[in-house]
Amino acid sequence: MDFIGAYSYDNVMYLLQGLGVSIAVAAAAIVLSFILACLLAIIRYARIPVLSQIIAVCVETIRNLPLLLIIFFVYFALPEVGIKMSVFTSAIVALTIFEAAMISEIVRAGLLSIDKGQIEAARSSGLSYIQTLRFISLPQALRRMVPPIVGQFISLIKDTSLTVIISLPELMHSAKVVSGQNFNYVIPIYLLAALFYFVINFTISSVAKRIEVRV
Amino acid sequence: MISLLIDHGDRYIEGFLNTLTISIFALIGSFVLGTVIAVMRIASIRPLRWIGTAYVEFIRNIPLLLVVAIFYHGLAFLGLSGFVAGGIGLTIYTAAYIADAIRAGIQSIPKGQIEAARSSGLSYLQAMRFIVLPQAIKIVIPPLGNQFLNLIKNSAILGVYAGADLMYFGDQINSDTFDTFNVYLLVGVFYLLLTIPTSFAVRALERRMARAG
Repeated sequence: MDFIGAYSYDNVMYLLQGLGVSIAVAAAAIVLSFILACLLAIIRYARIPVLSQIIAVCVETIRNLPLLLIIFFVYFALPEVGIKMSVFTSAIVALTIFEAAMISEIVRAGLLSIDKGQIEAARSSGLSYIQTLRFISLPQALRRMVPPIVGQFISLIKDTSLTVIISLPELMHSAKVVSGQNFNYVIPIYLLAALFYFVINFTISSVAKRIEVRV
Repeated sequence: MISLLIDHGDRYIEGFLNTLTISIFALIGSFVLGTVIAVMRIASIRPLRWIGTAYVEFIRNIPLLLVVAIFYHGLAFLGLSGFVAGGIGLTIYTAAYIADAIRAGIQSIPKGQIEAARSSGLSYLQAMRFIVLPQAIKIVIPPLGNQFLNLIKNSAILGVYAGADLMYFGDQINSDTFDTFNVYLLVGVFYLLLTIPTSFAVRALERRMARAG
């Protein structure tokens, strides 16, 4: 094992570049999947006929499939039916689809946990269904959802590593490239990559815990 | 898709069975390792507690792929196959999650019960065996089921390291037939055959435990 050689300036910078891509992809997927998840959850919560059943089946199917398969499918199989996307877009799309299914269940559980009496009270004091959702149910549900959603976001950051199979130049890919130079670099480089993931995720979960206490 | 199943059904089934096997082995392994870590985390000896906490915090915050990569590439001199390296990685990774579930289960039993058991003459181990663990296990079973579900899905990572699982055979069939869309669709169906019954079973268990309260 050659720690000194492995941690040369160029190698570390290369890994940091990969980390930048990981974070960018994760951030895009987090925002998109959260919006999509809220939409899906509200449609199911409001029991809009047909649509909510279709969404239920899709969400269940996606939740029960390996993310690796979804990434593969989006990048390699969809072009066969005419949907061609770059590696970067494919990664974001696959992660968004998977995470939206996971998060929509969290949002739905949060909405369902709101006491029915509150909704009835809001409706009978003259608020419309949308207003009730907007001012009564969602704000409370969101507060309860913070811990599981943060957990989901952390797993999303970890899951960006899976996009290495479609050669997205993220952290795992950088680690693979650098460690390919020299067999003695393998363990030092993977350990450094692990450290990067750890620092990011541990920071997020620590900050989240502090916010949770305040809320 | 039907013709794929007829022509390559044997490889699909082999991958399916390997995925199931590795998931079951990793579940057993991570249950054992997870229990040890959980006990370390609530032990009264501080260094043990530190090690247990460090393990859980570190593993939970790094990707599974990295854990498997270290065993497969980093420890290549051990000559582990993708299947074994993947199994070890899955076990180490899942154990961190199971350890947390078990710790939460044990700590959810009020201390008064242990004290009551101890003062009515039971030893510490007896109190654990007859009072705490039977109650804790009820709380722990649903999260364990969820971890099994995650294990099945996570085991797809073996495919990256030639692990002879469902994903790996899917890749092979794909490179033979170039029928990418249908090949992976069928891989998905095989995964669902494993995961949907598991998630129904987990939910049924959750409901039953909630009723038994």
